[in-house]
Amino acid sequence: MTATDRTDGLTVSRLSGRQIGVGMVVLLAAVTAGLTIGPVDIAPHRVLLELLDGLPGIEVDSGLSEIHQGIVEKIRLPRVVLGVLVGATLSLSGAAYQGAFRNPLADPYLLGIAAGAGLGATIAITSNLGDGAGILDPVPLAAFAGALIGVLASYMAGHIGGRSTASLVLAGVAVASFLTACQTYVLQANSDAFREVYAWILGRIATSGWSEPALMVPYFLITVVVVLRHRRALDVLAVGDEEAAALGINPRRIRATVVIAASLGAAAAVSVSGLIGFVGIIVPHTIRLAFGNSNRIVLPLSVLFGGAFMVLADLAARTLVEPAELPIGVVTAFLGAPFFVLVLRTSRREVW
Amino acid sequence: MTGIAIRDLCVTVGRAEILRGLDLDIASGEWLNIVGPNGAGKTTLLRTILGALDYDGSIVIDGAGEHPSSGLARSIAYVPQVPVIPPGMLVTDYVLLGRTPHRGAFAADSPHDLSVAADVLERLDLHTFAAREVRSLSGGERQRVVMARALTQETPILLLDEPTTALDLGHQQEMLRLIEELRHERGLTVVATLHDLTLAARFGERLALLDAGHLVQVGTAQDVLTVDTIKTHFDATVRIIDDEDGPVVVPV
Repeated sequence: MTATDRTDGLTVSRLSGRQIGVGMVVLLAAVTAGLTIGPVDIAPHRVLLELLDGLPGIEVDSGLSEIHQGIVEKIRLPRVVLGVLVGATLSLSGAAYQGAFRNPLADPYLLGIAAGAGLGATIAITSNLGDGAGILDPVPLAAFAGALIGVLASYMAGHIGGRSTASLVLAGVAVASFLTACQTYVLQANSDAFREVYAWILGRIATSGWSEPALMVPYFLITVVVVLRHRRALDVLAVGDEEAAALGINPRRIRATVVIAASLGAAAAVSVSGLIGFVGIIVPHTIRLAFGNSNRIVLPLSVLFGGAFMVLADLAARTLVEPAELPIGVVTAFLGAPFFVLVLRTSRREVW
Repeated sequence: MTGIAIRDLCVTVGRAEILRGLDLDIASGEWLNIVGPNGAGKTTLLRTILGALDYDGSIVIDGAGEHPSSGLARSIAYVPQVPVIPPGMLVTDYVLLGRTPHRGAFAADSPHDLSVAADVLERLDLHTFAAREVRSLSGGERQRVVMARALTQETPILLLDEPTTALDLGHQQEMLRLIEELRHERGLTVVATLHDLTLAARFGERLALLDAGHLVQVGTAQDVLTVDTIKTHFDATVRIIDDEDGPVVVPV
């Protein structure tokens, strides 16, 4: 598959309608599977009709019983929607970090987000702040705050050390080590909370109604709008700061804007779903191998395929060892890594 | 008319003073070669003109300031000695980066941008490579692609840092002839650093000899390239053969 378009006899990388179509179909298929498969099997076409019925201005009879309707709309749909939002945000943030840092190994947790969120969640869990549901649940709030503190500390430490991307990444490593040490200390003092903290770290897409997806939506939108607006600027940035500046853009401003937007989304994703690893690396690189390296292609498709990947991973997490659930972080890496190696071996494109 | 006027230019990088009190006028439409031993400050001079380094003194670029929002990018195009070639980037995408100062960082390429790039690719015989990845090309082809990006920028001034280092003898001549033709076609001002003194004498109009941050001499190849100057500033023993196309510098 080539991601190109011929204009004026030129072959220009451009997101094609067909690529968007493929992404939409894969996402819709993943969502349908997520709504259909589970302890109670529901026919896929009825699920699709039920979804249609839910759209404003459309009335169709899906033929589902009230109980099945309840399962689809109140239990499975919020979880699937959260999966789409978290997967799309982590993939897009990963792709944005890779572009902004010009580093194939950059992922959204690079700048202390994971360690900060981990510390925040650990403090909230060990100090028994209560089990307020939804927006009042202290664990996601503390994780979100911790993630933002982690990024902020990395950014400030990075600027003290210089302005290069390498010094920023190194600052992120230092801040992450410090925060992880703090987390370990808190956990040692409260070893009874170990299981709960460990479960949180491994991640899960679990919902109690619509509060988690609703929390996630504004951050998802900010990340999508800001990062996608910078897709061309990130392509210019690919030639390095000095040449990019000679082409009339401001590399530092663009990198700061993109990284802040991507971090905000990643922090929100971490706060509702824990530390789901590997998504921010595997999805963007698979898209690069399949469709091309231009950020004009990679960034928008990361949203669609990232969402689909997470819904499928969550489906595997809750069905493979029924009635128990696997931590989703285990699934994304366990299924994702071999799949990625397969793509890596079969693609003729340069990885990076 | 003066294309670039440099007065009392001093550049300090870290604690090292790289350029000291440099005065240089480069005429509009002129080709000036900057020569000098390693570490003389040739690349620093180019990067300072480009606006990549802080400096004391003044550099006035003719015609700049019309579009202050995009800085000097509409006045000066730069070909670095070792350009960064992003992995997986196609020739056309790379060449179209040259349109960035005209379209802005967020806008799509206009039909005009595409036709400018198409013309440049055609002119440099690169149209058959347009759909290839830049990294898959040979050194000579790659150098032409980087040149194509600079030309697509449609600036009156070209800064070239060692445009021939990666090339064999034939491709070196081909590249410099191409620059000469393009300069005449488009009325470009060319400032290049060159290691090979014979090539520097053969192409371009004037030579500027730089040593330890000082501008030692500016003039024609016959003026600048003498056995004594080369002995003093390059610490090299050479013979100069006078050829009708300019002096030939032979190491002995």
